[in-house]
Amino acid sequence: MTVAATKEYVGVARDRVGNFNGKQLVYASWDHHLLFAAPFLLYAAPQMSFRELVEGPLTALVQPDPDGAAIDWTQVEWLKSNQPWTPDFERSLADNGIGHKDQIRFRTPNLTTLAVAA
Amino acid sequence: MSTVFIALQANEETRPIIEAIEIDNPHAVVNRQPAMVKIDAPNRLVIRKETIEEQIGRAFDLQELHINLITLGGNVDEDDETLTLSWAE
Amino acid sequence: MDMKATKKKLGLKEKYRVMTRDLGWEPGYHTKEEIFPYATYEGIKVHDWDKWEDPFRLTMDAYWKYQAEKERKFYAIIDAHAQNNGHLNITDGRYLSALKVFLQAISPGEYAAHKGFSRVGREFPGVGTQVACQMQAIDEIRHAQTQIHALSNYNKYYNGFHAFADARDRMWYNTVARSFFDDAMSAGPFEFMIAIGFSFEYVLTNLLFVPFMSGAAYNGDMATVTFGFSAQSDEARHMTLGLECIKFMLEQDPDNLPIVQGWLDKWFWRGFRVLGLVSTMMDYMLPKRVMSWREAWEIYGVENGGALFKDLARYGIRPPKGWDDAEKATDHMSHQIMLGLYQWSFGTSLHSWIPSDEDMAWLSAKYPTTFDKYYRPRWEHIRKLAAEGKQFKNFGLAKLCQTCQLPIVFTEPDDPTMACHRETTYKGEKYHFCSDGCQHVFENEPEKYIQAWLPMPALFAELEGDIGKWMDWVSLRDGQDNGDYVGSVDQRNFEQWRGLATSNS
Repeated sequence: MTVAATKEYVGVARDRVGNFNGKQLVYASWDHHLLFAAPFLLYAAPQMSFRELVEGPLTALVQPDPDGAAIDWTQVEWLKSNQPWTPDFERSLADNGIGHKDQIRFRTPNLTTLAVAA
Repeated sequence: MSTVFIALQANEETRPIIEAIEIDNPHAVVNRQPAMVKIDAPNRLVIRKETIEEQIGRAFDLQELHINLITLGGNVDEDDETLTLSWAE
Repeated sequence: MDMKATKKKLGLKEKYRVMTRDLGWEPGYHTKEEIFPYATYEGIKVHDWDKWEDPFRLTMDAYWKYQAEKERKFYAIIDAHAQNNGHLNITDGRYLSALKVFLQAISPGEYAAHKGFSRVGREFPGVGTQVACQMQAIDEIRHAQTQIHALSNYNKYYNGFHAFADARDRMWYNTVARSFFDDAMSAGPFEFMIAIGFSFEYVLTNLLFVPFMSGAAYNGDMATVTFGFSAQSDEARHMTLGLECIKFMLEQDPDNLPIVQGWLDKWFWRGFRVLGLVSTMMDYMLPKRVMSWREAWEIYGVENGGALFKDLARYGIRPPKGWDDAEKATDHMSHQIMLGLYQWSFGTSLHSWIPSDEDMAWLSAKYPTTFDKYYRPRWEHIRKLAAEGKQFKNFGLAKLCQTCQLPIVFTEPDDPTMACHRETTYKGEKYHFCSDGCQHVFENEPEKYIQAWLPMPALFAELEGDIGKWMDWVSLRDGQDNGDYVGSVDQRNFEQWRGLATSNS
């Protein structure tokens, strides 16, 4: 559908990658770990390796969760755009196909400390 | 059946108005909450100028209700003598 | 020659006719289409504008008389509040956070509604409609002014009130309300009426003003009760105008039904998301609570909204599309948003806190199926972290919804353990949403929402993530306006001054 208007209506996307100073946004979400109220918003260069993203900001951010220190990043199940996916830790975000505003999710089925009270 | 309602500020001006509404609408339920009074009724509530005037002992213009009105629910119909709230049956 | 004065007073219906309809005229040297160029492009067909009638039949002379009376009552109480240190009569300093949300997010919305009604009052061709919109435009600016005036008394003593206009425009939790009003104001006149006059006024303001203001009374804040109820006395008229507007559109032409239904679906959901902030004020920010958000939703959402949609069924209207998802969200939303406010409290112009044992007992009684199961474990862990001196701060910020702009704190309607992930690609750009409702709104008008200024992405696009620069830009004073209530300047001042007010030492 289109916007009802008196003449042709064309919008300009506000958050295009060109507005982000050579970097990009990446969203990251840890399934069933809702101590973190929303998916994280990360600001990273597309050349950053996946390993740097995980071992840097992501590892730091998950620490407040009681399961945070127990994550084995080699064992987690990954999703990108809600589809199962396997990252290459040594390659860059760009080479891993992680575009601007893409969301990655990770699952740790054995870590459930704060999940649901009995 | 649906509930219509009117809520008024709880003060000296509305006390006799609420009494008048209770007289005219014996089926209504009066809920007293902090600083407000909410009156619920099934499908229909009628507020009559004449009954309010009897309660307060002076002439009353139904539009004076606006001063202390908090909220209402239902289709409104107002003329000189009555204000009616109703939902379609 | 003496005019013979007519003794007979006009009846209400007669007076309404004379003082609205008879103010109109037939244009002579321009066509109606030239004078009212925005009346038809939305597709709403109107055959007879005279069928529009204000059920209260309020005319301008009576309007001024009663509004003046409301103002006199309002200022008598505001003066007494200022003269009697009313700011110390509130139950607890935590309550101030609710007032800060109100001033930053809601009062500017009143001003936006004023601008919108001024505009649509000009754009509608019908005289009855023009008069009603003019009254509402004046009401709305009165609300903005009386709210700002009443709360300025708190600004003399407490933090977080001083820069509400900057906070409204730039602060991440306030752009939720801002985008709601901007969306309505950039729509055509009929959609504006559905957005503000119907969905917001009729379906939602009861939830905003009535239990919350009654709650303000319960918390000793007579200044807020007064502006709240003074504003709400106008809302009864606004709701009636909104309901009249929708019935008018539906009665004028059967082709209007699908357009109106589409707007109802959109604006119900947009409004429900804005109410997320209100749910949090009710369940967490009132030290003494009249009723829970869930209880208020039962009365004003389920019962009254349900009655309304049942009534409108005679025109072919069905309840809004998001109705069932709203019902499912009601037991979760206040907890989800308060958890967010707390972990991002370094970036809020208000204080939040960890609920006490007593608060948590109340929450579990009011939310027996959800609080203990899902939310208590998180709060207790956050409390444990605080006890260890590690206050939980989530510097990961948040993914925001492209439509409602809230951080995506919401879960799947049928699985409260699973965050709701919704995304779409439009013209090569990726967009994220908090719910099916917000995704539908976007997909109906993508060209509109791709322009949204989202505050968290903007922090990186415009300030490269520099939080200090961002704080200056939103006029947030670090260490004064933000953070946990416990240990705050507001807490220290409130307790010290209240001690002085209740003792001689």
